[in-house]
Amino acid sequence: MSKSVLLIGTRKGLFVLESGDRRDWSVRGPYCESWPIYQAVLDPESGTIYAAAASEWLGSAIWRSADLGESWEHSSEGIGYPAEDGGLKLSKVSSVMPAHGRLLVGAESAGLFESTDGGKTFSLVTTFEGHEGREAWNDPAQQPPGHLGLSAIIPHPEERDRFWIIVQGYSLFETTDGGQTWTPRNKGLRRDWPAEYEEIGFCVHKVAPAADFERMYQQNHVGMHRSDDAGKTWTEITEGLPTEFGFAAATHPHDRDTFYVIPLDPGHGRTMPEGKAAVWRTRDGGSSWQPLTNGLPPENAYVGVLREGMTMDDRDAPGLYFGTSTGQLFASTDEGESWGQIGGLFPGITSVTVATVE
Amino acid sequence: MAELHLPPMLQPLFPGLPRELGIEAGTVLEAIDSLDERWPGFRDRLVEPGPALRPHINVYVDRERGGLETELGAASRVDVIAAISGG
Repeated sequence: MSKSVLLIGTRKGLFVLESGDRRDWSVRGPYCESWPIYQAVLDPESGTIYAAAASEWLGSAIWRSADLGESWEHSSEGIGYPAEDGGLKLSKVSSVMPAHGRLLVGAESAGLFESTDGGKTFSLVTTFEGHEGREAWNDPAQQPPGHLGLSAIIPHPEERDRFWIIVQGYSLFETTDGGQTWTPRNKGLRRDWPAEYEEIGFCVHKVAPAADFERMYQQNHVGMHRSDDAGKTWTEITEGLPTEFGFAAATHPHDRDTFYVIPLDPGHGRTMPEGKAAVWRTRDGGSSWQPLTNGLPPENAYVGVLREGMTMDDRDAPGLYFGTSTGQLFASTDEGESWGQIGGLFPGITSVTVATVE
Repeated sequence: MAELHLPPMLQPLFPGLPRELGIEAGTVLEAIDSLDERWPGFRDRLVEPGPALRPHINVYVDRERGGLETELGAASRVDVIAAISGG
């Protein structure tokens, strides 16, 4: 019988939740010695959990577990910038993504590493040497607090050397040669600030592809956007949402026109608008939006959700899950029509991913 | 042989690593590298590229603040201390 496995990355370690019916969940953890987790994923090919973590004291490492969290190892062998590489400092590993038999890892300062031995050792792929804007995005004076550097890795499901990455605050990039060259993919995006560079300088928060990888949705610092050509061009679809700002987003696994997002107050607080918890859904590719609130706190819910804080499983009736930056975890098994809180009270949640395990 | 005292946060990461052990080494960095041979990855937890001690890791040799290059005597006491911080 299959079961659902939720990986909840928090500021104080990783938690593993399991359920056979998606109603009753067991909770294990905290794992990874309660290091802050930036992203955790279960590799469907190997069954291994990988977690990108960074201790304030002991530095960054990729943790791995081949038995759903019962035992763990960690490694940072090869994760670091050579002293001669322009003096780049690596403050954290901020993203991790297994695909096509290798493990890709993103870091701050922005750089990409890979492992071809299941996370035991790593080698540097690129620090984007010579790319327009590199000096700016690696300049601490121009970075927001908690800068993530290379904040997301989005692998193509069939083409091994094709994937997208986000450099926080600057750009979505695509590579088709395994990370040797990069093309900015920001055409059509808005920016409400002076443009220092023509092709980059866009604050991409989250990119969520549909199953066909031609349709993509993007939550930007300024606006929700849709692409129908794999990110080459973008069209704004913000109209109908309560705010243009947010982080977390998820696409429906079986319907490219259905997409979920959690709009946040764009001010300093970055919490749910007016304290009313809601996930917003479109069923027509962003032409119209509906708030989904049944079972979520209707008032006094001044909570935020971070960029990796929402996910969707691939069941016939897909489940939707999101965790707040103050540690509440909510789930829906009817495509967002109704919600319930699951799991317990966690440390601040940074990453929510789900897998179906036989 | 120098006497090395380690912070408790390291033991869960490296099975069998004691809190205190004796070690033959000429400098603090040599002592750390010696432990890295027995517990691979140990150096990465205390040392960042440069090499330099990680920002919240401090080393005292014979009760005085030291660094990676600090020389060890035959009977030195080395305390590796993680800064008391966080919440």
